[in-house]
Amino acid sequence: MNYPENFRYTKEHEWVSLEGDTATVGITFHAQSELGDIVYVDLPKVGANLEIGKSFGSVESVKAVSDIYAPISGEVTEINETLADAPEKLNEDPHGAAWLIKVKVTSPDEFNNLMPVSDYQSYVGAES
Amino acid sequence: MSEAAALQRTPLNEVHRASGAKMVDFGGWDMPVQYSGLVDEHNTVRKGVGVFDVSHMGEIEIRGPEAFQLVDYATTNAVAKLKEGQAHYSGLLYEHGGFVDDILVHKVSDTSYFLCVNASNQDKDFAHIQSLNTFDCEVEFAGPKYAQIAIQGPKALGVAQKLTDTELSSIKYYWFRDGEFAGVTARIARTGYTGEDGFEIYTAPEHAVSVWKAIMDAGKEEGIKPAGLGARNTLRLESKMALYGHEIGASISPLEADLAWIVKFDKGNFVGREALLKQREKGLSRKLVGFEMRGRGIGRDGYEVLLDGNAAGWVTSGSPAPTLGKNIGLCYLPIERARAGEKIEILIRNQAVEAETVPTPFYKRPQ
Repeated sequence: MNYPENFRYTKEHEWVSLEGDTATVGITFHAQSELGDIVYVDLPKVGANLEIGKSFGSVESVKAVSDIYAPISGEVTEINETLADAPEKLNEDPHGAAWLIKVKVTSPDEFNNLMPVSDYQSYVGAES
Repeated sequence: MSEAAALQRTPLNEVHRASGAKMVDFGGWDMPVQYSGLVDEHNTVRKGVGVFDVSHMGEIEIRGPEAFQLVDYATTNAVAKLKEGQAHYSGLLYEHGGFVDDILVHKVSDTSYFLCVNASNQDKDFAHIQSLNTFDCEVEFAGPKYAQIAIQGPKALGVAQKLTDTELSSIKYYWFRDGEFAGVTARIARTGYTGEDGFEIYTAPEHAVSVWKAIMDAGKEEGIKPAGLGARNTLRLESKMALYGHEIGASISPLEADLAWIVKFDKGNFVGREALLKQREKGLSRKLVGFEMRGRGIGRDGYEVLLDGNAAGWVTSGSPAPTLGKNIGLCYLPIERARAGEKIEILIRNQAVEAETVPTPFYKRPQ
């Protein structure tokens, strides 16, 4: 699997891309593959404050439910509404159309501390 | 996480890994949980034909002049009703009436019985049956002698028939025959854990790979696919078949688990009979019942069930039901409310979500 070069990654298999002070957050290809057929995505409301490392929602597949952890702190400015009716998009395009939320970040340093793609790929390789 | 003791492997382990299956630790066994995807595999079994490696299941063989007496004493169903070549579902109970395991009993002959038991219970089952053996017969731990492959779905008969001269349509549901299958000696049983028609093939472990490949080849035109434990679970849940450790266990009796039909009180004495009679006399306090989610969410295993806002029971299994397009589950409720049509709530991640009890099974195959 090709993981985007410009994303940063967490050990809990979230990804973040950053443009200015707006971060887009999603779950990785590996995460959706581990979960299998996704049936629900629970996301916070616009305006919610995220604290890095804390659960901000969940993704549920036929076989299990899994928390999603904030990879970065900030305020939620947008959520991906399309996932409510089409959660299966997360299986199809986790790094693209099936992003989860956009966040106005408090501290861009947090982004730099996340795993770059090479680290994440070896992390996923070691895990599987 | 530290590495646990080495996982046990079925003879098909490398075949699964080579096909890209996702493997999980299932009760100490390294088993495929999915191949192409749970829902795809589920639908393939409902509409076509799927194949499962269930070689982790245990087998126990009981042979000797008094084999019948031991099996009948150790299990809840009436073994005397079985004819040669017939099988039935049964319970292996403790004296206190809880389950040691749920099992299939096959009558090979008057002096030979073949039990199929749950993988993670097989050691316990064997010790339990041995401890009851004051009869003139031998109990053999036969798990290592068998691989087991299940071919399930409306097209299973056609596919399996390509691989044997035994006339499969003449084997009725819950009957079996010994014969040749894919060129090797096998026990061919018309049983399964999916709610579909199908066969479970028992053969020696060294033949497992060739039999598996023969089945996959024979089913190519019918679109056969391997199916994993994930699909096996959603298929059995839609058909309301119990899973040990969920619907049943050491602290649950067959009467509570809505399995009174496998308890034959009038057959004579058996382990657990006294306790069950007492329970029946006193009246049950709880019973298993099916539910469908009405609100958004899935009531999963272990979640609390609320009645009128108060904790009243727990979910034993819960999942989306791919065939039905609903979120379903089974739960224990106080006996006076353990019936279809009750409004209940399930506590999903600290939120009470509406559900309703419904008649079961959730799914029954068209006859």
